[in-house]
Amino acid sequence: MNIAEGSASPEGNTVETVVVRFAGDSGDGIQVIGSQLGLASAMSENDLGTFPEYPSEVRAPVGTTYGVSAYQVHFGGRPIKTIGDEADMLVALNPAALTTNLDILKKGGTVLVDAGTFSERNLEKAGYKASPLEDGTLDGYRVMAPDISKLTLESVADLSLNRKASLRCKNFWALGLVYWMYGRDRQPTIAWLNRKFAGNPDVAKANIAALNAGHAYGETVEATAQEVARIEPAPGIYSFVTGYEALAWGLATAAELANRKLVFSSYPITPASPLLHTLARLSDTGVTTFQAEDEIAATCAAIGASFTGGLGVTSSSGPGIALKQEAMSLAVSAELPLIIVNTQRAGPSTGMPTKTEQSDLNQALYGRHGESPLAVLAAGSPAECFEMAIEAARIALTYMTPVILLSDGFVANSSSPWILPDIDALPRINVANHTDAESFNPFERDPETLARSWAIPGTPGCEHRIGGIEKDYATGHISYEPENHQKMTDVRSGKIAGIAKTIPPLEPDQGPPEGDLAIVGWGSTYGPISRAVNNLRARNYRVSHIHLRHLRPFAPNQDELLAAFSYVLVPEMNTGQLAGLLRSEGFGNVESLSKMTGRPFQVSEIEEAVLSRLESSDE
Amino acid sequence: MNEQVTQAKLTAADFATDQEVRWCPGCGDYAILKAVRTVLAEVGARRENTVFVSGIGCSSRFPYYIDTYGFHTIHGRAPAVATGMLLANPDLDVWIITGDGDGLSIGGNHLLHILRRNLNCQILLFNNETYGLTKGQYSPTSHLATRSPSSPGGSIDNPVDPASFALGCGARFVARGVDTQIGQLTEVLKAAYHHEGAAFVEIFQNCIVFNEDVFDGFTAKSNVAEHQLQVEPGKPLVYGADDSRGLVFDAAALGLRTAELGSDSEADVLVHDPANYNLATALARMNNPEFPMATGVLYDNPGPVYAAAADQSGSDGNARSLMDAMRAGFSWKVAGKEQ
Repeated sequence: MNIAEGSASPEGNTVETVVVRFAGDSGDGIQVIGSQLGLASAMSENDLGTFPEYPSEVRAPVGTTYGVSAYQVHFGGRPIKTIGDEADMLVALNPAALTTNLDILKKGGTVLVDAGTFSERNLEKAGYKASPLEDGTLDGYRVMAPDISKLTLESVADLSLNRKASLRCKNFWALGLVYWMYGRDRQPTIAWLNRKFAGNPDVAKANIAALNAGHAYGETVEATAQEVARIEPAPGIYSFVTGYEALAWGLATAAELANRKLVFSSYPITPASPLLHTLARLSDTGVTTFQAEDEIAATCAAIGASFTGGLGVTSSSGPGIALKQEAMSLAVSAELPLIIVNTQRAGPSTGMPTKTEQSDLNQALYGRHGESPLAVLAAGSPAECFEMAIEAARIALTYMTPVILLSDGFVANSSSPWILPDIDALPRINVANHTDAESFNPFERDPETLARSWAIPGTPGCEHRIGGIEKDYATGHISYEPENHQKMTDVRSGKIAGIAKTIPPLEPDQGPPEGDLAIVGWGSTYGPISRAVNNLRARNYRVSHIHLRHLRPFAPNQDELLAAFSYVLVPEMNTGQLAGLLRSEGFGNVESLSKMTGRPFQVSEIEEAVLSRLESSDE
Repeated sequence: MNEQVTQAKLTAADFATDQEVRWCPGCGDYAILKAVRTVLAEVGARRENTVFVSGIGCSSRFPYYIDTYGFHTIHGRAPAVATGMLLANPDLDVWIITGDGDGLSIGGNHLLHILRRNLNCQILLFNNETYGLTKGQYSPTSHLATRSPSSPGGSIDNPVDPASFALGCGARFVARGVDTQIGQLTEVLKAAYHHEGAAFVEIFQNCIVFNEDVFDGFTAKSNVAEHQLQVEPGKPLVYGADDSRGLVFDAAALGLRTAELGSDSEADVLVHDPANYNLATALARMNNPEFPMATGVLYDNPGPVYAAAADQSGSDGNARSLMDAMRAGFSWKVAGKEQ
């Protein structure tokens, strides 16, 4: 049986792409070997995408189904935009991992299990009445069931580790076998282990011995080895980045481009915290991070930093964003730059903190009091996280406005190889503070952008007082005048609408700029939509993919572009929030494709939805 | 020309804005405003380096009346906004203006954290034991049984004592002043200004509309001598007509008691040491009328300042460029074809 039948290339045993999924107990080191396979693949001239899935519990009881941690890697010789609908290979390090992940393995795929963990007790914990290795559960799959526990213990027997520490190396044994099967170079992982355990060389040696033993096992039993197609990557210095790393670097880069101090102020919340962690490690580059006492304080401190001339940024996930809303309206009223990053998760309330969703679009657009317009952006891939962080800063500083940047648990935790940017080659964000005392008026507006004049403490002669009370259009002093409030409301909303003038025209990501059907998406649905449209177009279906990065205001030509299609389908991990917005803008033929499972769209789900629409429109 | 103007010695009047002050005639806030302007002039504050930050309430209108930088923010959050200002620019001289409702009810959490972190700022809490701007509801400092629109039968919540709260939060400077005692208030504000770190000042402020004379027990001219103890560093803790009474240590109760000087042993009268936390706590907890109300600088004992520490962690002499930091993770180079 060919382990990657579906994607086999004409060259016989070479496959174009492969999906490997690792699963095991949360203490088994699944995330580590998953990211190592990603790294080894990137170094083997593959493009790739990865995604971790871990339980909410920090350490759930051993052997339970709710304690299973997983990591999926999709790699190969073409641009990879998704983590793959189905796995070609499943590595399950215990029965619970097998039962919770088998549905993702494609029929005919390879399953590697550790037979040493299939004890009666573990089978019972996983809910198996009989061993799935014997009762026909795995019929139709290619099964490899060595006693990995025992083989690992043998491979490290020469080293002075106790049994528990020795067994902990079994993840690297399994990884060694996977490396053999897909022709991965072990060297980057060996180098990583030596560096990681520099202070504990025995542990490094043991893991390396296990990795080598797993690799040798593949050779000995003549497991089917696959050649994986390669791509020719563009020249550059690469790193393997997650969405949150790229977003953190984007924020730090934006501050540097604007020559301002980044003050990142946040409160811990899943899945947004890694952004705080990443930026905290950049303190030696001039970034200031602040772990505030709550979400409200985090937002207010960012506003205070902006008042003082810094680039104030705050971050959270849905429930935390709800707490920030009053302060966001203060930034709207005081007209100060502020970036609010929302790494969305499944809600409402605590919902499913480790699962992804796009259900905070309406919150971003409308979740404030009064008429509080602000700009809303979204990022759909690690690379886009970097770009949109800079775009958020450009808009916030140029227009003196808060900007919400939407990410989600999926894009934040996905990773892919990425060419590290040359910051010096990026356009600078030139926004000057007002320093001339003679001409200063805090609410004098730039005629082009409508941004108010920004003077910061420390500037002699520009002392001024602002606040959340309505301000006189001309002087900025407190005003309750009826006509003035109308005028200020109009200017605040006109300022946000005017941002559209600086947004590049929207073009289809794939397909022609007119036709019967456009798939319109935003954020992390980018990958699955892109792959689905790519596949359909390869089969000569006329369909275009339009990806939105600006959600308020829209790109200036968006109305025109969408009007050139007879029908628009909007896949979203919510119940149709963008679709509703488009309809409210006057587009009639907009249909929502909704998914609310906490998991990203599969490529096949989008393909099937498109095909059914095309067929029905043909009738 | 600008340079010359800004470097000239400023007077209290130089800190006034062109905005009409809109507190009720006779409000204690006027006296506090005057004292603050006087102190700014006396300590040689620079308008451009000074920021007044407030939340919401009568007291929070304060920044509009001081000609420095000012930010009238949202209810209870001034300490958080001020924290961000100091993170971005630790050299600013930041004054937070709050009230008993703003600082201890809706914003109690932020007051706690700015004090324990010890950011370099002055926090003036105008305590009038009422919500003035919203028309006189009882506040977190109102004494039990306060009758108000929201407590027609008398309030049933135990009040919080602002100075004790601040000491409990780890504040390194805690003082009390009275709106009508301008001389002492000015000295207290100057000490707060010169203290490195968060300086907390509770000011008893008379609300003539909703809570008139609520502090009369120790602020009325006829009561000051017998019911107020104005502490001064290194001076005996005495009060009363002719300083006839004093505070002594009650070993059995692990606390303070009052004593008649002359009949009790005078040698045992305690001397005020602002660096003594236990003494400060005991002074703050003294309830009038059982005890005199302690005013002045109860505690002044500087500790590490937050913004300075934060700055040091980012610049230990090994500053990296952002490009270097990005390349410090696992990265690899793909050469172009020609290579």
